[in-house]
Amino acid sequence: MTDLKMESVSNAADRPVRRAGLGGLIERVGTHNFSLLMALAALIAIFGSLRPDVFFLLRNILNIGQAIAILGILATAQTIVIISGGLDISVGAMVGLSTVCIALAVGWTGSPTLSILFGVAVGAIAGLVNGLIITVGRINAVIATLGTMAVFRGVAFIISNGQSISIFDPAFRFIGDGKILGVPVTILVLVIVVVIFFVLMRYTVTGRNIYAIGGNPVVARLAGLNVRAYQIGIYTLSGATAGLAGMLLAARTGSGQPISGSEGLELEAITAAVLGGCALTGGKGTIIGGLLGVLIIGILDNGLILTSVPTFFQMVAKGVLLIAAVIIAEQQARRYG
Amino acid sequence: MSQIDSTGRRGEAPRRNPGDRGESGGARAREAAPALAALGVSKRFGVVRALDDVTVAVRAGEVLALVGENGAGKSTLVRLFEGVYRPDQGTLAAGGVQHALRSPADAHALGIRVIHQEPDIIPDLSIAENLFLGDFRRIHGVFLDRADLARRTRSMLAEFGLENDLSPWTRAGDLSPAQRQLMEIMRALRRGLKVLALDEPTSSLTEDEAQRLFRVVRRLRDDGVGVIYISHRMREVRDLADRIAVLRDGRLVDERPTPKFPETEIVQAMVGRPIADLYERRARRPGEIALSVQGLTTKRVHDISFDVRSGEVVGLGGLMGAGRSELAEAIFGHDRALAGSVAVDGRPVRLRSPADAIAAGIGFAPEDRKSQALLLLRSVKDNISLAIPDLISRLNFVNDGDERRIAAALVDRLRIRTPSLDASVSNLSGGNQQKVVLGRWLARRPKVLILDEPTRGVDVGAKAEIYRLIAELAAEGIALLVISSEMPELLGLADRILVMAGGRVVAEMPREQASEERILSLAMADNLTKSTTAQ
Repeated sequence: MTDLKMESVSNAADRPVRRAGLGGLIERVGTHNFSLLMALAALIAIFGSLRPDVFFLLRNILNIGQAIAILGILATAQTIVIISGGLDISVGAMVGLSTVCIALAVGWTGSPTLSILFGVAVGAIAGLVNGLIITVGRINAVIATLGTMAVFRGVAFIISNGQSISIFDPAFRFIGDGKILGVPVTILVLVIVVVIFFVLMRYTVTGRNIYAIGGNPVVARLAGLNVRAYQIGIYTLSGATAGLAGMLLAARTGSGQPISGSEGLELEAITAAVLGGCALTGGKGTIIGGLLGVLIIGILDNGLILTSVPTFFQMVAKGVLLIAAVIIAEQQARRYG
Repeated sequence: MSQIDSTGRRGEAPRRNPGDRGESGGARAREAAPALAALGVSKRFGVVRALDDVTVAVRAGEVLALVGENGAGKSTLVRLFEGVYRPDQGTLAAGGVQHALRSPADAHALGIRVIHQEPDIIPDLSIAENLFLGDFRRIHGVFLDRADLARRTRSMLAEFGLENDLSPWTRAGDLSPAQRQLMEIMRALRRGLKVLALDEPTSSLTEDEAQRLFRVVRRLRDDGVGVIYISHRMREVRDLADRIAVLRDGRLVDERPTPKFPETEIVQAMVGRPIADLYERRARRPGEIALSVQGLTTKRVHDISFDVRSGEVVGLGGLMGAGRSELAEAIFGHDRALAGSVAVDGRPVRLRSPADAIAAGIGFAPEDRKSQALLLLRSVKDNISLAIPDLISRLNFVNDGDERRIAAALVDRLRIRTPSLDASVSNLSGGNQQKVVLGRWLARRPKVLILDEPTRGVDVGAKAEIYRLIAELAAEGIALLVISSEMPELLGLADRILVMAGGRVVAEMPREQASEERILSLAMADNLTKSTTAQ
């Protein structure tokens, strides 16, 4: 008895010391990404040992890559939004809207380039609307984008008449299924977007300022930053990125769909970002972390399919994963808060 | 200590003579044990000694006023009585019995109630529901007895003479600040009120409302309630209190019956301490006018005009809530100006946001470092370079070398003690955090620097360094506006002192003509009366 008690007391006294030793932002980001890599390795080991015949095939790896391309783009954009202290729940709806607009534009113009630009522009405008509602209307981002989610979804149904609109254009087939030097185009698009976002957040003043705004908007304003302009820009970027994701989805499915394929993407994107180390309070998170979060989700999905886990159980697994991630994040925040 | 023991402990001090205050002694009978007493209590927060061996007592049926400068320990003492804090040393006693007040619920059970400046109410419930929450009577054990609730509420309102003004079903959120306070007092009265503490109750009241509150307080006293009254307003204190206790730097320095405690002596007791030799004073030769403020008006400050010359330190004194921080925020473009103008080096500044002020050469270190100045998740380097994106980047890309060089030079110059440039700023001490904030602005080479409470929460060593730095910056020709609630600091640093009260500048004086007593009486000359003392 006595021994046990003594030990617990000395442990309690030790802990703050260890915490202080671990302190420092760089170490923190490092430890989080490190634990994500460990989780990734664990998943690979589990599914690799259960289905060694298929899991490590190049075909399967490219499959995973293609499957996560759209989510990866959305999740890294969502990471930026969350770092800035916001949240964008309307991305899935913006993706759906953009696929419909692209499909219609292909019909009108016959030009894939113009159609893609149109789709991205529609996404950007939708994002701009979000940004204006949040900053000028001074409405909480969750509420604002929850509202616009329904609006964008509704607009997509209206202009498509609720129908799927087929796209017959070789350019889209190439984007959806084609490869450049053996790498699927969708994966290339993902890589380009992630690299741009990574550089933006890591090496530019703009990225620094986004962290500052998310960390404390009052401090940012008193240091001379135009907080509103940044917020409007970030939501516009999120919308434009959703438009780009819409291009990939339209190319993969060969059609514009008001809802199918884009439903629920927002929650998966938020899941990945939080898994990747974003604090929903803002100011914290990394693009690499967000990407690792997407990889974990993608490999989990793929592995559960390969090991023939029924679909409904897959949903349960993903939900459990999100909650586990939030618990871990909360504990870290408390430890270092 | 000794003079306190005689009055505080067992009520053997001479009873207040009922004749000299014009009020009846009423039901003030039980003098045996004080209604509430603190016996030798001490309380520390980190390195700050908020209370140091304080013994003070309030008897049933008297009003005890607690006065002292900001940070003297009044609020901490009240929080001990309220059960929010617990003393590190010493004990609390209610009615002569020792009690460890572990929570506000313990205090409430003993009949101790504190009315804060901002009473806790549930704005969307009615007065009746707020008053009797947790004590609703029911019909058949299920349905709320609204008639009974209304009856009980009306009788309470009647006691306070409010039955014609307010319905029991008035939404609490629609009440004026004064009515909310009265509602809090009513709520306290419901369960055997023995001690009532009021923390700056009149700060948001009109003259009429304050008078009504005083009538209520006097009646409670006559009914045998012990009242602790905290206020900065000298006239109120002297009107209302039977005894006055003065706190300074966490110690009880004097305590006397009101008639034996003239106002001048109260003020002296509040401020009377030697000014440490912290302030390096050189003869300064202020240059041209660097900052010129003309008729600046916002929602919270009114018609402010003054100049600060380059190389000059202007101090801004006044009590908490006098509008000093609000003035700083207005000059810095954080709060919108309704009228007036600001000019830097003779050029008018369009103030739509802090970015405009920064572009014009103004820097601002706000009062609350943690919520207004520092990015606690970021490094020392990132915090220093936050306001100089233009100096550390090319085509939007951060030049890491430039950034480190600038940050390292400032860490050196300001002697910021940090493990590295990349250490999180949240791990630094208060003094070093403040230096990081100063570093941010020095990196911009400002013409005007506004410092709001630059040494709050800073230990003495770092304080001296910050004072020396302020002197250095003035010598380099920066115009400084320093807000401080610490009188010695204000007198030690400033060449010229402005005193604010009620959102206005009420006085301006060169340092040679300033004294702690003078500043304090000017700052306390409240709206109720033009104070006649210390002119």
